[in-house]
Amino acid sequence: MLQIDTWKRVLIWLVCVTGLLMALPNAFYTRVEQSNDAKTAIELGIDTPEMQAEAAQWPNWLPSSLVNLGLDLRGGAHLLAEVRVSDVYESRMEAMWPEIRDALRDERESVGTIRKQASEPDEIRVRISQPEGMSRALEVVRGLARQVQTLTGVGATDIEARAEGDTIVIQLSEAEKLASDDRTVRQSLEIVRRRIDEVGTREPTIQRQGTDRILIQVPGIGSAGELKDIIGTTAQLTFNPVAGRGTDPDAVPGIGEEVVPSLDESGVYYTIESAPVVTGEDLVDAQPSFNQNGQPAVSFRFNTSGARRFGDYTRDNVGAPFAIVLDDEVISAPVINQHIPGGSGIITGNFTVEESTNLAVLLRAGALPARLEFLEERTIGPELGQDSIDAGKVATIVAFVAVLTFMALSYGLFGIFANIALIINVGLIFGLLSLIGATLTLPGIAGIVLTVGMAVDANVLIFERIREELKSAKGPARAIDLGYEKALSAILDANVTTFITAVILFAMGSGPVRGFAITLGLGILTSVFTAIFVTRLMIVIWFERRRPKMIEV
Amino acid sequence: MRLKLVPQHTSFDFFSRWKLWLGISGLMMIVAFTSFMLQGLNYGIDFRGGTTIRIQSAQEIDVGAYRDAISPLDLGDVSITEIFDPTFGPTENVAMIRIQAQEGSEAVTAEMVEKVGEVLAEADPELKLPFDSIESVGPKVSGELIQTAVLAVALAIGAVLVYIWLRFEWQFALGAVAALVHDVILTIGIFSELQIRFDLAIIAALLTIVGYSLNDTVVVFDRVRENLRKYKKKDLKEVLNISINETLSRTVMTSVTTLLALISLYVLGGDVIRGFVFAMIWGVIVGTYSSVFVASTILLWLGVKRDWSKPSKNAGNQFANVDA
Repeated sequence: MLQIDTWKRVLIWLVCVTGLLMALPNAFYTRVEQSNDAKTAIELGIDTPEMQAEAAQWPNWLPSSLVNLGLDLRGGAHLLAEVRVSDVYESRMEAMWPEIRDALRDERESVGTIRKQASEPDEIRVRISQPEGMSRALEVVRGLARQVQTLTGVGATDIEARAEGDTIVIQLSEAEKLASDDRTVRQSLEIVRRRIDEVGTREPTIQRQGTDRILIQVPGIGSAGELKDIIGTTAQLTFNPVAGRGTDPDAVPGIGEEVVPSLDESGVYYTIESAPVVTGEDLVDAQPSFNQNGQPAVSFRFNTSGARRFGDYTRDNVGAPFAIVLDDEVISAPVINQHIPGGSGIITGNFTVEESTNLAVLLRAGALPARLEFLEERTIGPELGQDSIDAGKVATIVAFVAVLTFMALSYGLFGIFANIALIINVGLIFGLLSLIGATLTLPGIAGIVLTVGMAVDANVLIFERIREELKSAKGPARAIDLGYEKALSAILDANVTTFITAVILFAMGSGPVRGFAITLGLGILTSVFTAIFVTRLMIVIWFERRRPKMIEV
Repeated sequence: MRLKLVPQHTSFDFFSRWKLWLGISGLMMIVAFTSFMLQGLNYGIDFRGGTTIRIQSAQEIDVGAYRDAISPLDLGDVSITEIFDPTFGPTENVAMIRIQAQEGSEAVTAEMVEKVGEVLAEADPELKLPFDSIESVGPKVSGELIQTAVLAVALAIGAVLVYIWLRFEWQFALGAVAALVHDVILTIGIFSELQIRFDLAIIAALLTIVGYSLNDTVVVFDRVRENLRKYKKKDLKEVLNISINETLSRTVMTSVTTLLALISLYVLGGDVIRGFVFAMIWGVIVGTYSSVFVASTILLWLGVKRDWSKPSKNAGNQFANVDA
């Protein structure tokens, strides 16, 4: 009965070889990492002989994906920040007030005089002197409300107004709050990403977690405090008059002027007046849009005071360029086409749709829309990480050798088959980890060591079963066959239960614990595969060659 | 010559004193629980919030001097523990400083860490700066982490209960879960008794113990199920004894290989994960014990329905025909 179809044999070996090939780059970690970095650099246009030499350290035809090392192994900083989404309600209500005031003033006939009352920051309370005009007042305020896009569809507006005696209370609606929270967090995420990218560290992880949290992990950075400084620096957005444009970074600016580089055009420098006309603090919104000719553009809107200053300036300077400056770099310097009185305007240029979207994001991304509160922060020094890697390596090797020796002593030739399978097994784990781009953490290494110990379990179950079957005086072929057949249900049950716990760990855990769940789960899959396919194939091949009358397990 | 930890054929009677074993297990659980109630666990910052700083110095660590240096900063509860590890060189002296969560802020502030660094550098000129690691968890997150951890362990046990129930009978499921609860309580008990730091990684270890102990229990139960069909005339106690004896060699083999791997990790894996590995070693030992002396004994105690005459009922519960 010891037959395995040829296509199955080919498939099994193919899986093993592919897995081991995928794992191979990890054995030459530094070399492959340098080579990968160099290749990326060359793609970006930094093509020097040194780069070519570094890139050539690892041949192109071999797989080159590596297991990511977690922060606890590589060193770096980890931050969990909560976005104070309610900060935005406050500024929204502030921006709303002039509009409400003007609308109610127009209805003075029916509502009388109005007076703003002290209130919570996320609401506006207005007292009217003629309470009998309340229904009209509510109607007017509700008329200012805009539709909100919600998942549930229609019906929701952005503000809600209700009467409390002679006072109108205006608040953001629940639907608008949800939408606003989402926008706030996405904006914050974008800004955080932009600021970290500017610093140029490798492979930062910036993820949204839950509704209002942002997880930031940056390998190789000195400390979480440093990371907080990077994120916390407010981007300065200003609109300045342009005095000149040139290519000389050392041009001497006039009094009250400065020279700043252009963000997109390399080698171009603008001389701008240092005093801005308007700053990003006055910007209420910026959206990608199109001009009259259908070209991509960015529309923006200022608050009242910003609108007035911007209006005055554009009236006096039609035809002159002005610069949009972000963090001392000129994003763009469009020419003022006409007087822009309403506080909203449109920036045109040679934009593609993508560029206009990015510019809108950049404009909105001027400053963080809300404060960040840091709930969790961890810094791991690179040396501690290296120590952990070294300790993990030694421990894994010693564990490996101990288990291999023990198996060989206990089961002889069959033990050696199991040992080969175990080596393939660990190779497969690393191959899979590289393939799915998983992150290896210190508990993850523990998971691998644990797998080394537990992986032999399936083989032990089978071998013990074969021993038992041999005792009942069956022929070797029959005993091997029965051993596999009867052990299977125990192997499956035992591994399914362990796998369930690994899945739960993965779903509930975070960071290092999740790394442990991944290696444990993958280890279960690969060890079942190697036990019921790989060792079996080895035993069958051996059996076919030798045809022993007697076997000892 | 083969290395054999367990003879070819054994016939130990595991149930001659089954009441005694259940009694001992029950007593140990009570001791563990009492210790937990009286002393509580030495929770890490993952669960109670606060900051830990790992410091390293080329000279001997003088905990008293450190404490005196930090106390003027008025940071509330501060504990300093020196760490010893065989992998450290002679100039590597390591200590952990734990500072309680500060009023009015979630995570640590950079200024606080800087100040601690300054005062410690004054007390110990050989101190290595910047610190090896700083970890800080705010009270908000630590509260959630506790909830998640408890939920994870409960979910794991629940999922397993359902799985075993589906694959075996409910008596088996109860036996297996009793063994799991036993293992989890004893592990929490030893962490409370020895006051080893209990953090998020230990929860991962607890779940692994759940998985391992179950693995063991299921292998025994699988054999019990098989033997119940094979020896229809023998009484349950005898069948259980036969099954455990037959699987004993495997039980010991697997425990030994797993322990070999874990012990090398415990000795050589560095101090950062030592608590985690300790939990797993303890769990393997307790889990092996419990699958015989708790799970099987409970099964004996509950009895099991032996009516296998209706094959259709169990036919769907077998993987034995799966083509490998």
